[in-house]
Amino acid sequence: MISNAVYPAAAIAVVAVVTWMLCAFPFLLFGTRPLPKTVKYLGKTLPTAIMTVLVIYCLRDTDFGKYPFGLAEIVSCALVVILQTARKNMYLSIIAGTLCYMILIRV
Amino acid sequence: MKEFRFAVKNTVPIFFTYLFIGIAFGIMMSDAGYGILLSVASAVFIYAGSMQLVMVPMMASGAPLVSLALTALFINARHVFYGIGFIDKFRKMGWRYPYMIMALTDETYSILCSVKDDKGLDEEKCAFLISLLNHSYWIFGCFLGAFAGHFLPFDMRGIEFSAVAFFLVVVVNQWNRFRSKIPFFAAVIFASTLFWLLGKDYFLIPTLIACLAALLLLQKPVEKKEGFENDK
Repeated sequence: MISNAVYPAAAIAVVAVVTWMLCAFPFLLFGTRPLPKTVKYLGKTLPTAIMTVLVIYCLRDTDFGKYPFGLAEIVSCALVVILQTARKNMYLSIIAGTLCYMILIRV
Repeated sequence: MKEFRFAVKNTVPIFFTYLFIGIAFGIMMSDAGYGILLSVASAVFIYAGSMQLVMVPMMASGAPLVSLALTALFINARHVFYGIGFIDKFRKMGWRYPYMIMALTDETYSILCSVKDDKGLDEEKCAFLISLLNHSYWIFGCFLGAFAGHFLPFDMRGIEFSAVAFFLVVVVNQWNRFRSKIPFFAAVIFASTLFWLLGKDYFLIPTLIACLAALLLLQKPVEKKEGFENDK
């Protein structure tokens, strides 16, 4: 009984510790020293690159090669970009894009 | 509590994503025979969506702890890159510093990257509340899925797209805010090339490393375009 509970608890603990260490890595690396200029520069420019990569990463399971050719993803993403550019209302863009996606994957 | 209202307003889109993915995780856990307590413990201590979902079948098949650790290392390695922009900001946050580091998920990261500071609000308090709220949505979702997942009457399939939509909104906003488009194009070019070369499961970390390297190499032209030297 006890060994049944130990394994999942240990598994969760191990995964948690690894995840924390990865998050903490840049903070531990620079400690309390003043940041080098290059790191400040990366802090400003890297987010744009990371966010763009994340969008692509989220869509990695889309199969553009066979029906429906990722149409739901393409149309919904285009809608989000167009709405956000035209109206600059985050909630409108997200709600419309998500609803569009939820409808398209059902038809 | 103006800061609280500000944090709620900025985390609403993530509420739905976290609730849905959390529920999915809770259902998987209870199907695999793990109780509510383990679901909630994962949400509180691990707090990483894709890793938690991958972990369930591994645990169910009794995978060795070493392979769990390696999988976590691999899936969550992207977090190494998130901290870089927030070192100065989080350092100033005192007792909240370790929590801010631990709670820096994809979604929290994207909110903190994109919020515009409101005048008259305590910026650090806002950031802390944003992290805390996202974390509680996640815990609530994982709890709900484990507790009552199979009784939920709605078909919410597809609601996880709200995360993609949110990330896209952040990209559009950053496109408009920054004059240099190099970070954006570097990301698109490296991601698509490496996706094609390495496949969907292995392209993420090499892409992030390539972006980092490209930004370092192109520091001069990017800074010139942005005028970073002037704003200090």
